[in-house]
Amino acid sequence: MAQMTMIQAITDALRTELRNDPNVLVFGEDVGVNGGVFRATEGLQNEFGEERVFDTPLAESGIGGLAVGLGLQGYRPVPEIQFFGFVYEVMDSISGQLARMRYRSGGRYHSPVTIRSPFGGGVHTPEMHADSLEGLMAQQPGLKVVIPSTPYDAKGLLISAIRDNDPVIYLEHMKLYRSFRQEVPEEEYTIPLGKADIKREGKDLSIITYGAMVHESLKAAEELEKEGYSAEVIDLRTVSPIDIETIISSVEKTGRAIVVQEAQKQAGIAANVVAEINDRAILSLEAPVLRVAAPDTVFAFPQAETVWLPNYKDIIETGKKVLNF
Amino acid sequence: MASNTKNLQFDAKKQLEKVEEQFQTLQILNEEGKVVNESAMPDLSNEQLQELMRRMVYTRILDQRSISLNRQGRLGFYAPTAGQEASQLASQFALEKEDFILPGYRDVPQMIWHGLPLSQAFLWSRGHFEGGNIPEGVNVIAPQIIIGAQYIQTAGVALGMKKRNKQSVAVTYTGDGGTSQGDFYEGINFAGAFNAPAIFIVQNNRFAISTPVSKQSAAKTLAQKAVAAGIPGIQVDGMDPLAVYVAVREARERAINGEGPTLIETLTYRYGPHTMAGDDPTRYRTSDLDNEWERKDPLVRFRKFLEEKGLWNEEMENEIIEKAKEDIKAAIKQADDTPKQKVTDLISIMHEEMPFNLQEQYEIYKAKESK
Repeated sequence: MAQMTMIQAITDALRTELRNDPNVLVFGEDVGVNGGVFRATEGLQNEFGEERVFDTPLAESGIGGLAVGLGLQGYRPVPEIQFFGFVYEVMDSISGQLARMRYRSGGRYHSPVTIRSPFGGGVHTPEMHADSLEGLMAQQPGLKVVIPSTPYDAKGLLISAIRDNDPVIYLEHMKLYRSFRQEVPEEEYTIPLGKADIKREGKDLSIITYGAMVHESLKAAEELEKEGYSAEVIDLRTVSPIDIETIISSVEKTGRAIVVQEAQKQAGIAANVVAEINDRAILSLEAPVLRVAAPDTVFAFPQAETVWLPNYKDIIETGKKVLNF
Repeated sequence: MASNTKNLQFDAKKQLEKVEEQFQTLQILNEEGKVVNESAMPDLSNEQLQELMRRMVYTRILDQRSISLNRQGRLGFYAPTAGQEASQLASQFALEKEDFILPGYRDVPQMIWHGLPLSQAFLWSRGHFEGGNIPEGVNVIAPQIIIGAQYIQTAGVALGMKKRNKQSVAVTYTGDGGTSQGDFYEGINFAGAFNAPAIFIVQNNRFAISTPVSKQSAAKTLAQKAVAAGIPGIQVDGMDPLAVYVAVREARERAINGEGPTLIETLTYRYGPHTMAGDDPTRYRTSDLDNEWERKDPLVRFRKFLEEKGLWNEEMENEIIEKAKEDIKAAIKQADDTPKQKVTDLISIMHEEMPFNLQEQYEIYKAKESK
């Protein structure tokens, strides 16, 4: 086992699948010689050659079209969108084309495409780099949307995403890229898509979250522990489709839940989780399910970013409201 | 004012004019069916020439029948094709079976001549998902609805062919309107950058629904847009099947030889409305213009050319018309006999494996549909 950052675990997963399957192609802006702006593809072009790992012209829509077309030729494309805020340029390829390939071709074609892209606040990027747009993706039927929170999960989930025969949007939180290291097996392993992970067990409150907010939630759970509350932290890992079973059995156990997301409050993943809990576990609830989220504005510029982003204190505050309801 | 300024070091306007002068229209058969460009004549046998004529007549009948079937409510979405036969069919005629076509929604005839069963074209028009379920070995994908999306995908298909060392090309179609889309530029630019074996065909039928080419771009030709991508571009008389054939055939040879993509603009005209969903061309086109273009008709000129050579007569024409009518009748029956598509079919085809939400919804709709 090696100690890896999340970015190293991602590179390791890409390397694993480039080795395993000659149809895997990695491409995007600056992913070749430069190894990606975050070095996620560091060394891959050297190892696998320009046929397998290559730079594209600077055009996100073109990258999406390339993925659709290469998929039609039996390849397993793994394109990178340099920052997920640029996704609007490639929305048609994602929602209009990849997500509906099976249906519009009556099952003849499919889209084994994994789109990787960095996102997330807390690193003071210029605008259009940090936005949490997973809710936008989750609204599109036909896509799976994955957001890892640890190096270990990042590797296993990315390998599963690449092997999936349908399009997967794989979002990498920039703040987590190098924030900590973790034991990651050097051999290959997979983590099933659509399965949540209980990152901390508890019995009084379920905190359902994903991405960087997993770590804020764990911190909040530690603080709550000091005050005698036992909080369970569920990391969704896949935000579409969500793992209903894990969520519902946790809520049935604790009777109280909050949902935490870095994205704005309106619509989005948390709203969906709350709705599913209401549909399926309302009689187990001792209190309303509340949300912790960013305000319903566009993503804040760096000067206001720290306050704008939800943090463990917000989680504790909302958690206590539910615990003391 | 300009006359008072000193001589420019570099006359950018003149440079543009020079570029534009290069884009002359390739024509081989004139409106009278006379060969005006003997040296460009394609190497086609008499049988091939006759086959191309048969396909054009057949497709004209298919268009007429499709319009009336649509009016009777027996077809759904339909984009008329009459006037564009040379552009559509002679370009497909220049391809090989292993070439992959990414069509726009007016390009159903090319799909049919590339191997799509007529009944499936009708199912597609009716909004049945089996219409897009292209048989194995037929290298096409269902027509694109988003204008320009097929251009970027074509770069991908062509790059895939290159990577697999295939001796084949990816071919796509859009109209004049499509050349305004960002995806148009991204597609030709990507294919150029990757030196991918692609042929990009612009069927310039003069109008993006109602907006004339003159209001779509300052460019004198659409073919010259190739210059910006650093790839060859050519403008051909799109009412002349031989000119279209030659342009596509040569583009294909270049692509196969590793010389990359080509942009081909065919100057053509659709006689009918944009689609059968309520478009009225008299709102934006004059009958003078309609008449001008009908005089250029591809079937008329090719028929004259073939008759002159003793390769075509009324009997052959009637024979293919009857065949078209019979095929259409049989294909409509086949489409009628296809079980209706269900919501449960849609639910189960979204993913390789249904996630929990679709599993639940599948049961709900199964119950609804069994009532």
